Amino acid sequence: MNGARNANAGVGRAASQIHRVLTEAWRLQPLYVSLYAILLSFVVGGVLISIIGVNPFTAYWALLRGMVGGGDEIAGSVARSVPFIGSALALAFAFRAGLFNIGAEGQLLAGGITAAYVGALSWMSDLPGFVAIPLILIAGTMGGAIWGGIPGVLRTKTGAHEVISTIMLNSLVLFGVRWMVNSRDPVVLRDTESTVPRTDPISDTAVLPELVDSQPVLHVGLFALVGICFVVAFVLKRTTFGFEVGTVGLNPHASHYAGINVNRVIVASMAASGAFAGLAAASEISGTNGFFQPGTFFLMGFDGIAIALLARTNPVAIIAAALLWGSMLSGAPLMQQEADVSIDVVRIIQAMVLLFVAADAIVRYLFRVRELDQSPFKATSIEGAV
Amino acid sequence: MTTVEHAVGATGASGRVGLNRQSITGLVFGLLGIALLAGVAPAISGNSRRFNFEPPPDPAGIGFHPPTWVVAIGVLFLLTAVLGFAPPEARRWASPARLLSALAVIPLLLVLSLALSDNPSTNIVNLFNESLVLATPLALGATTGLWCERSGIINIGIEGTMLAGAGIGYMTYATIGDAQSTGWLWFSILISVLAGGLVAALLAVLSIRFGVNQIVGGVVINLFALGLTGFLRSEVIVKTGITTGVGTSEFGLPLLSEIPVIGDQLFRGKPIYWMMYLVVIGTWLVMFRTPWGLRVRSCGENPHAAETLGVNVVRIRYQSVILGGLIAGLAGAWFSMESQTRFEDNMTNAAGFIALAALIFGKWTPWGAFGGALLFGFSRALGTRLQFLGVEVSGFEIPSEFLQALPFIVTLVVVAGAVGRSIPPAAAGQPFQRSK
Repeated sequence: MNGARNANAGVGRAASQIHRVLTEAWRLQPLYVSLYAILLSFVVGGVLISIIGVNPFTAYWALLRGMVGGGDEIAGSVARSVPFIGSALALAFAFRAGLFNIGAEGQLLAGGITAAYVGALSWMSDLPGFVAIPLILIAGTMGGAIWGGIPGVLRTKTGAHEVISTIMLNSLVLFGVRWMVNSRDPVVLRDTESTVPRTDPISDTAVLPELVDSQPVLHVGLFALVGICFVVAFVLKRTTFGFEVGTVGLNPHASHYAGINVNRVIVASMAASGAFAGLAAASEISGTNGFFQPGTFFLMGFDGIAIALLARTNPVAIIAAALLWGSMLSGAPLMQQEADVSIDVVRIIQAMVLLFVAADAIVRYLFRVRELDQSPFKATSIEGAV
Repeated sequence: MTTVEHAVGATGASGRVGLNRQSITGLVFGLLGIALLAGVAPAISGNSRRFNFEPPPDPAGIGFHPPTWVVAIGVLFLLTAVLGFAPPEARRWASPARLLSALAVIPLLLVLSLALSDNPSTNIVNLFNESLVLATPLALGATTGLWCERSGIINIGIEGTMLAGAGIGYMTYATIGDAQSTGWLWFSILISVLAGGLVAALLAVLSIRFGVNQIVGGVVINLFALGLTGFLRSEVIVKTGITTGVGTSEFGLPLLSEIPVIGDQLFRGKPIYWMMYLVVIGTWLVMFRTPWGLRVRSCGENPHAAETLGVNVVRIRYQSVILGGLIAGLAGAWFSMESQTRFEDNMTNAAGFIALAALIFGKWTPWGAFGGALLFGFSRALGTRLQFLGVEVSGFEIPSEFLQALPFIVTLVVVAGAVGRSIPPAAAGQPFQRSK
């Protein structure tokens, strides 16, 4: 009797031990919600596809082949994902500081127009590539950082909430760049020889080297943005500033009493956040388009929210999440071509991913996933930010 | 947020060096006044101009001398500035003077734009009417935001809710009524409204039942609506082959539209436009004159206190958010069945965000939000009018984007609190959990 109970307890202990070792070793636990959310979203998308009378497996097969069906497809998918890394990083960094930067949309535009302006300056063509390329990237980064810093300053100086001020700033910069790109009288930045409104093409020396001639072109900007992800991961984990950002995000009150300059951290985080968006825009301008068009960045900032949450604000996980995001958009046209399903299905699936990641209670309930003691999602304290 | 203000309190107070908001406003008006008197008035053309009240031929109107008006408004600004620094006993005139000066900006813009144009006259009644019509979706959207935020749910998904209303309504109209029949038109508008309610219900479930961050919930709505309407357009609307059809038609209000000169311009309009007024008035009545409205507001300010008094916070929040969604659905119908009779991808084109700005500009009150919407509508209408008139400042046309961006700058200033600070409902954005 006694022995049996002991044995039982022993087995129980062993099982929990194994479970613990496994989850420790693979660290899959934090991924469950994200993976199940993706699965669930594809199920919802599949239902929608079957409603219009198409076999969802046919459609998804075409989508998959469009995403990773060959060398060109893979390169195209990666290329499409590159800017999303930056926009998601912009969101994630702000989340860590307890800020909700929904202004990435505008910061991309600000960074993009600055990069396009600097890239098209007449003396850029005299510079060698190794000067001109960093210059255009820095210009875009600065443009984004300044536009991202404004809501940070407004919040610390006046208490204006960053969600509200970034919405206003998004519209402001959109009108601004539209005017700069559209206006013929006076010509601000418009390429007068082009029939569509866009800026002058950037100098050849400022074009990021191409890796694969895919559609869109895969360029060296990939390394810049992936590199930044690791830098941010290091900064957040190993530096004083990173510690301050995380602490302010968790509890600004406590940080204040601990002697952290909360205002400085908020402004710096918003500026850094904008800088990541700006860098993403600059790499797009320099590597992919060669000129600036406002439509290029449509929704990219809002997609960043979804990607950052899918990656649970982990800078390295963002790379994977952004790859998924970009490749789905990149693969969608083949799905439309072969299965005659509108590419908007991908948009719906993506919205569903965001929904299920954000409302993780639904996923946890459906798949019986335990709540983690230290959920990184909770740690971002975005709940308390608003 | 509180900490930051806390921390800022000290630096902010010392940074202002005794300049309070009134003095800053006074200073701004003072500088503007001086600029008008010394810079603008002598520079603009002294030729007489005319505001018409009706379309040609032979319209009624008033002629005026632009520099005189500019000088008058400049003097008003200077007076406001002086009153801002006046001794406390004269301060009671300062506030109405500020309001008057702020309102005077609109005639100033009109006078200046006509003075800088080659055209000697323009119809301002018609301009005012265009502003009101363009304000329709903004006022409806702002009312949506009002219902949600006053009950404690931040809604940045107004844009998506409108878009879903526009798309689903027009899809119904195109498939059932071939976009031609009036009976089905009204049915489709009803569907738009219901679709808006349904989308808002999703936001309500996410933010109330699952405690999802409300901003994220709003973004979900926006992305989802964009995808869904795009999908429906290419899979359903395009396949019907119907590109356009019969939208709602204008009618004049009895008696009022008989008023000579202005009646036919101001009191003729399409049905959703008229419904907008009913919605704004109704919102004001219900929210500020009924017990239920009081409960809604209490849920947005202090849900726990409301709960203590026996208010069912969760139910009230569901009701307000869904009510708001129904209104946004109506705004959607304006896009696809009143303003135009077709549906395009992303048709609302950020109107939901502009509505949000109007709400914030209006300090979370129904009439304020309506005023904000009107301001945004006016700036858009004026932007178009300026291009039509060919207004030029030292050889350059004024881009319509400048005027469209202007209200956003004003809203940003209002949010930052430089002029008449705008403060949201205290509990907006905070998830609520019932006490056990």
